[in-house]
Amino acid sequence: MRLHLQIWRQENSSAPGRLVKYTLDDVSGDSSFLEMLDLLNEQLVGKGEVPVVFEHDCREGICGACGVMINGQAHGPSARTATCQLHMRTFKDGDTIQIEPWRSVAFPVIRDLMVDRTSMDRIVQAGGFISVRTGSAPEANLTPVPKGDSDEAFDAAACIGCGACVAQCPNGAAQLFTSAKVGHLNILPQGQPERYQRAAGMVARMEAEGFGSCSNYRECEAVCPKGISVDWIARMNRDFLLARLKGL
Amino acid sequence: MEMVATSRPANWFLAFYRSALGKKTVMALTGIVLFGFVFMHMAGNLKIFMGAEAFNHYAEFLRAAGEPILPHGVGLWMFRLVLLTCVALHITAATQLTLQNRRARPIAYKCLDPVQLGYAERTMRWSGYLMGIYIIYHLLHFTVGTAHRDFIAVNPYHNVISAFQFWPVAAVYIVANLLLGMHLYHGLWSLFQTLGCNHPRYNPWRRVFAVTFSIVVTAGFLSVPIAVLSGLVS
Repeated sequence: MRLHLQIWRQENSSAPGRLVKYTLDDVSGDSSFLEMLDLLNEQLVGKGEVPVVFEHDCREGICGACGVMINGQAHGPSARTATCQLHMRTFKDGDTIQIEPWRSVAFPVIRDLMVDRTSMDRIVQAGGFISVRTGSAPEANLTPVPKGDSDEAFDAAACIGCGACVAQCPNGAAQLFTSAKVGHLNILPQGQPERYQRAAGMVARMEAEGFGSCSNYRECEAVCPKGISVDWIARMNRDFLLARLKGL
Repeated sequence: MEMVATSRPANWFLAFYRSALGKKTVMALTGIVLFGFVFMHMAGNLKIFMGAEAFNHYAEFLRAAGEPILPHGVGLWMFRLVLLTCVALHITAATQLTLQNRRARPIAYKCLDPVQLGYAERTMRWSGYLMGIYIIYHLLHFTVGTAHRDFIAVNPYHNVISAFQFWPVAAVYIVANLLLGMHLYHGLWSLFQTLGCNHPRYNPWRRVFAVTFSIVVTAGFLSVPIAVLSGLVS
């Protein structure tokens, strides 16, 4: 199929960017969105032009590197799908596809479609860990975990940190990401010792990074490739309020 | 290594309010007070269907609330003070959060296509600010009386009927209350999220609660101008 692409091109974080139009022929419906971009880049290199920079790694929806805005939606039109898992058969011959990088003050554009998401790493550093004694591995059944809690913790831990929640949020809030990272530890017995410091510390870091605030639009949940629920946001809010009441 | 002040903040509330989540909490708590108020206000308005005497007697009861512990009118003013404080806090926090959210995305998307954002959510800010303007008009209209063409201080029943018999005034109230209904719908659900009220068993009821009470409040408020316009109450 033939596609009309409008791709955000930007030299570096300080240069002004603009949408550049490309027309791409013979795109297979069986190729992935990233393979389509690979095809474009091959042609650009062949013509001696600078290829489009986009981030990618695993190409199977688990690393969280590859998100871009596709026609105004994070990771494109398919639900629970990362950009790399999006098939080109989702589009029709002759379609125009607009591709932009994530937009957030905390995600400066490095080049073209690639943004710097280390702000998310700093949120995790502010409390996304548990204290464990080093040494030999403890007996696996030493700490009993209710089945329901371990399942829920896993749901939150499925967050791949792609940043789609921030990108899609009209407020540019990172609540869904932060709450998943707070929540998957706060629901487990191993996470209890630092529970309230974790909530207070990670929320404070999130706000210091310049992310917006949550208006409960639930756009984040709708675009999350892992289907993380906004229930985690309520849980984080509760732990944050309790932390404040405890004077943390 | 940079030295970090570890002393307890001088004012606990100010430190809490500095956080966006603190502002959201203030919005949720003041929202609960304001919701409680509009619900009582709506229920009181329905007295108009019991006739002039019942309605005016209810209005006088409000002025005399708190007697004989408090002098005449003081209870009402204390109540008003609490409400005005809540309105001021609610609007201030909303404005500060909106400005913060704008700063969070300095470069706008060429194209942002919301996936499931509803009308109430999209218009939350505007319905809020319009409500603020409407409240000022409403107070000048029925409380102070300067925006009323035929205001009689001791006869609220007359004031309501004569106001709504003029259809443009009734239309303003009808539109304003539809906005209020949408604002309540998103607000009543949101406050559970903000305050962290979350449990798989009760979560579906949060939506039911928001839908039910926003419809009940809106329908109750709308019934008065509609009843006057249709001649049901005169």
